[in-house]
Amino acid sequence: MKDLTCIVCPRGCRLHVDDDMNVTGNFCPRGAQYAISELTNPVRTITTSIRVTNRPYTLVSVKTTNPIPKQKIFDVMKEIDKIAVEAPVRIGQIVKTNILGLDSDIVITKNID
Amino acid sequence: MRQIDLVVIGSGAAGMAAAIEAKKNGVNDLLILEKDEKLGGILNQCIHNGFGLTEFKEELTGPEYLQRFVDEVKRLEIPYKLNAQVIDLTKDKVITYSSKEDGLVKLQAKAIIMATGCYERNAGAIMLPGDRCSGIITAGTAQRYLNINGLMVGKRVVILGSGDIGLIMARRLTLEGAKVLCVSEIMPYSAGLNRNIQQCLIDYDIPLYLSRTVSKVIGKDRLEKVILSAVDENLQIIPNTEMEFECDTLILSVGLIPYVSLLNYIDCPISSTKGAVVNQYMETMIPGIFTAGNCLHVHDVVDFVSQEARLAGRSAALYLRNEIDNNEKKIAIKPGQNISYVLPQFVLENSVDDITFKFRVRKPLKDQVVMIRSGETVLGKVVKPALIPSEMVMVNLSKDKLQEVKDEIVISVEDR
Repeated sequence: MKDLTCIVCPRGCRLHVDDDMNVTGNFCPRGAQYAISELTNPVRTITTSIRVTNRPYTLVSVKTTNPIPKQKIFDVMKEIDKIAVEAPVRIGQIVKTNILGLDSDIVITKNID
Repeated sequence: MRQIDLVVIGSGAAGMAAAIEAKKNGVNDLLILEKDEKLGGILNQCIHNGFGLTEFKEELTGPEYLQRFVDEVKRLEIPYKLNAQVIDLTKDKVITYSSKEDGLVKLQAKAIIMATGCYERNAGAIMLPGDRCSGIITAGTAQRYLNINGLMVGKRVVILGSGDIGLIMARRLTLEGAKVLCVSEIMPYSAGLNRNIQQCLIDYDIPLYLSRTVSKVIGKDRLEKVILSAVDENLQIIPNTEMEFECDTLILSVGLIPYVSLLNYIDCPISSTKGAVVNQYMETMIPGIFTAGNCLHVHDVVDFVSQEARLAGRSAALYLRNEIDNNEKKIAIKPGQNISYVLPQFVLENSVDDITFKFRVRKPLKDQVVMIRSGETVLGKVVKPALIPSEMVMVNLSKDKLQEVKDEIVISVEDR
């Protein structure tokens, strides 16, 4: 038995999972998925920013396309820190494929002209 | 002086949504004024995700969310001015803005939508006790430094206040290599959303101390130490409960206040939310001046800002077609039991649409029912299993019900 707070959306449902992995308290099906994932293989989407080399004092925001295992967060951050791009960049542009073999790409989330 | 139908002040989540909706409702002579160098307002620095679940049914980061609106503004060819700071407003709706490109410009508007957002309470506002050293900074400013300018504000950090920006910054600074020692909240419950407690604090083993606040900051040039003390139920510091934290940075996430200084110039009535008093059209007490978003009341979810702003945008279009009659009977809306504020504060009797009331509860509550009453008459009730102050609540009332109302409507939250 475990009580969790759903992080899928700002609603923040209080989830309850019993020993047979039945989820209650979820407003939508994604809450049930989240609860199971959280108890078996917790994952998170990472959002951060990287340097834009040809613009002074400029960063551009990025995210992982798929959530990555929670215990890999700092390894992924280290890897992202190595990436830099040249403007212009566009939302959705991939700057690193399959980061650390975790089946997740790093994509740009802000347009810089 | 140039005459113009509609001016939207601010191009954040509220301003762009309002302008788009006004244009879609036939307002062609309009202009957005933005003081910053790009459209989007504060969303530009909110690089975390969680935006757009209501609006777009997908999870977006702040910049991705704002880009959808920028694209729409451009597609609809809505004119906008960047680096244009509005410096004056008159009751007759003359707007003065200043920009490098245009100099000082006056515009005579028929309608105005205020979408100026909010500002952060700072060290002075909470009378932070102790030394006036460097290293004390508001959460939003730290967010801008880190996410836009790439500057770390410190290495060992204490966060005061558990508002969402503070929680988001706890995670953000941790990811970038800082040690966040704790978050301290003066109230016995968090001011932030539950999901942010989980994904920003618990995920990174950052302790959250409730009923605890900063009793002293110590530092000669740079901050050296923060002392936290427990508080009693009256929020008074309890002696001999000190906890000491050696740190170089204190981040303040202690509340946001609607930015309404332009409305103060014209004596526009302001409510307890510190935003304007409005009717169901998001129209202030000055006919033709509308407002939406965080300059009306501080929201927890940006999707609801956009929603509210669309209402203001459409209302401005109605006003310009003389379809809002400000001389109609006004019904006062009052917050009842357990409610800190309710919007709108009044409604005009013959409403074009059903009314959505928005409110916040004063404290966390379970198994409640929201009652909408006029005198003894119950106009509506909605069951709510759990309510917390950090989540805005919305309940609807059919416009037909307004005919049953005498003078005022009271919204209250009661035990089931």
